[in-house]
Amino acid sequence: MSKLRTMVSGLVAAVTVTALAACGGGQGGEPTTNADGSTTLNMWTFADVHAAYYEEMAAQWNKANPDKEIKLEVTVYPYDDMHNKLQLAFNSGEGLPDLVDIEVNKFANFVRGSTPPLMDLTDAAAPYKDDVVQARLDLYSKEGRVYGLPTHVGAFVAFYNTELLEGAGIDYTTIETWDDFKEAGTTYSSATGKAFGVASTGVNFVEPLVTAQLGGQFFDDEGKVQVNSPEAVEAISMIKEMQDAGAVSTIPGGSPDTEEAYGAINNGDYAAIVYPAWYTSRYVDYMPDLAGKVAIAPAPVPEDAEFKTIGGGGTGAAVPLASPNKELAAEWVAFAKLSPEANVAVWEVLGFDPVNMSVWEDEEITKNPENKFNKYFQTNLFDVLNDVKDDIGHFESFSNPNWPTLDNTFTTVTLNEIYENDVPVQEALDKAQSDLQNELGE
Amino acid sequence: MLKQILYSKRLAPYIFILPFLITLAVFWVVPLGRSFVMSTQEVLYGQATFIGLDNYERLWRDSIFWKALYNSIRYMVLTIVLLVPIPLVLAAIVNSRIGSPRLKGFFKASMFVPALTSVVVAGIVFRLIFAESGSAMMNQVADFFGFGPVRWLREDLTGLTALLALALWRWAGVNMMYFIAGMQAIPSEYYEAAAMDGASKFRQFIHITVPNLKPTIVYVVTISVYGGLAMFLESFMLYAGNNSPNNQGLTVVGYLYRKGIEENNLGFASAVGVVLLVIVMAINITYLLASGTFKKEEV
Repeated sequence: MSKLRTMVSGLVAAVTVTALAACGGGQGGEPTTNADGSTTLNMWTFADVHAAYYEEMAAQWNKANPDKEIKLEVTVYPYDDMHNKLQLAFNSGEGLPDLVDIEVNKFANFVRGSTPPLMDLTDAAAPYKDDVVQARLDLYSKEGRVYGLPTHVGAFVAFYNTELLEGAGIDYTTIETWDDFKEAGTTYSSATGKAFGVASTGVNFVEPLVTAQLGGQFFDDEGKVQVNSPEAVEAISMIKEMQDAGAVSTIPGGSPDTEEAYGAINNGDYAAIVYPAWYTSRYVDYMPDLAGKVAIAPAPVPEDAEFKTIGGGGTGAAVPLASPNKELAAEWVAFAKLSPEANVAVWEVLGFDPVNMSVWEDEEITKNPENKFNKYFQTNLFDVLNDVKDDIGHFESFSNPNWPTLDNTFTTVTLNEIYENDVPVQEALDKAQSDLQNELGE
Repeated sequence: MLKQILYSKRLAPYIFILPFLITLAVFWVVPLGRSFVMSTQEVLYGQATFIGLDNYERLWRDSIFWKALYNSIRYMVLTIVLLVPIPLVLAAIVNSRIGSPRLKGFFKASMFVPALTSVVVAGIVFRLIFAESGSAMMNQVADFFGFGPVRWLREDLTGLTALLALALWRWAGVNMMYFIAGMQAIPSEYYEAAAMDGASKFRQFIHITVPNLKPTIVYVVTISVYGGLAMFLESFMLYAGNNSPNNQGLTVVGYLYRKGIEENNLGFASAVGVVLLVIVMAINITYLLASGTFKKEEV
């Protein structure tokens, strides 16, 4: 029997060792250069439009830097799949790309702990630092180190379907405060029987906007969760009151940024969308029937607002520490996201509000009549943005490491309870607070 | 020497099951042990800190875990309630002398086809069938009966209905096959004797078919307990992701996935996995003991 036992355990050990050995390796190593002197960089992203943009930026880089040519290979995965795959790759140290787009709601997951697996991009960003909105770099920073580079400011604006509003006798230019918005919405919905604005259950966006406008946050000064603060309760109660008055309604799909919602908005079922500026691309790509009928205006504000708007959403491009080509990848990605050339492309290709503010003032670019976004909308995005430029607040809660957990609780439970099941706002937020405290161990 | 080992009557059985033992050890016992260890740690990139039973303590207090457990258990119980009697009756019909063999062959095949389709595809199709808009298939059916449109996937019970419809569509054929196989092993003399004594078809089914099918029923229930509690992909596809309104579609495995993969908290997720294992084992062992599976066969 003992001979058998030795044999079996020997075999098991051998198999285990081989299996474990196969898991190691793949860390760092020498840069990998192709025969023609170029370097292949693998990149993951979760949006087709981003891929098109990066390819354009790679071509521009190669033209300017023939000695450091890159071959960019972008792979587009669905949103959840890409972030989950990345998480597993980091945990196992296997199969990582050289560059990756990480969405802001997931970013905090990747900079947890004292040794994040991402490269410090502070030096790479340094040449462009003075021209870009600092708050957007802060979003992807931890302890003074920049781990991701932003694409856009994502300032909240309002999109109005003027054809529908005129039909109901409403002039969108008179809407300045949330009270005006509520009044217009109530008039509109009682006149037409259709919905005016949106109360999203699947996306936590307008709630942070109003909370920030009132000077509040979802976390306290020490970074501990505080979702039932007076400002948050006031902000969400205000939206709930608008819903009760008929000025905002829930939308198929749960938020304006879903397939079902694009159809409904394109159909004229909703007349006003308050969303970050990058929503321009959704109109142009998914709602062709509304071309020429939509005006962009500043987002409504409360009386005595602290800020007029904040940045919402975003994607941080990051470089995994394990990439053998990380130096070159960092240099390229700083060029591709922060340089003036890049920021022109951010507007022209993606239709986003670029983080390099010098672009905002260059009328040759912003007012180009051939631009597809300028053709689509009645008003110019940059007129609206320049109007609120000095009043863009930074909602610090977005960069809190526990934001992903908070966001998940809000978009699965809290906002549903409030807008779908009519649970009182204070009660729903108190519940969210105690659930989150338990979940985060605070 | 080698010959001695290979021809040894005592060792041969062990050598034959060795491949299985190795796979079991490498892919099951080792990961299971690691999960136990990780469930007492906080795991970050390249660092693991021992935190004792903290994960279990937080799990105990987490209302979403209880919600997920409630969802899983409810789903498991209802799938057993649906997926044992319905396939059993269908199997009895197929096994009887009603209808032409060709028709029955076609029926059997079409019942079994759903099991061969991918859950991913099926989930997407069911999502479209149960969509919110008035033109979606189920809402047209509802309209025909004079109600609706129903917001199927937004409400708890209608969402559960969609999940159960998917389970029924997918697994009824498989369970029916198990039962047909079981029925064909019952000696026809029993039925002949019963018929001579004047027992009706219904009484024959209750008093001969069902008792003789006990091993099959025990097997189907056992795998359904595990299948129901471990369900994840169906809900993931139906709700287009792991987040459903008020977590109405969240299962224990979905919760594990959310914690471990989506929120990068592998230690906590390991604790969820360990708890799920304990629950499944407790239910199944109790059930197998109660149904007498571990007793010696009485001949």
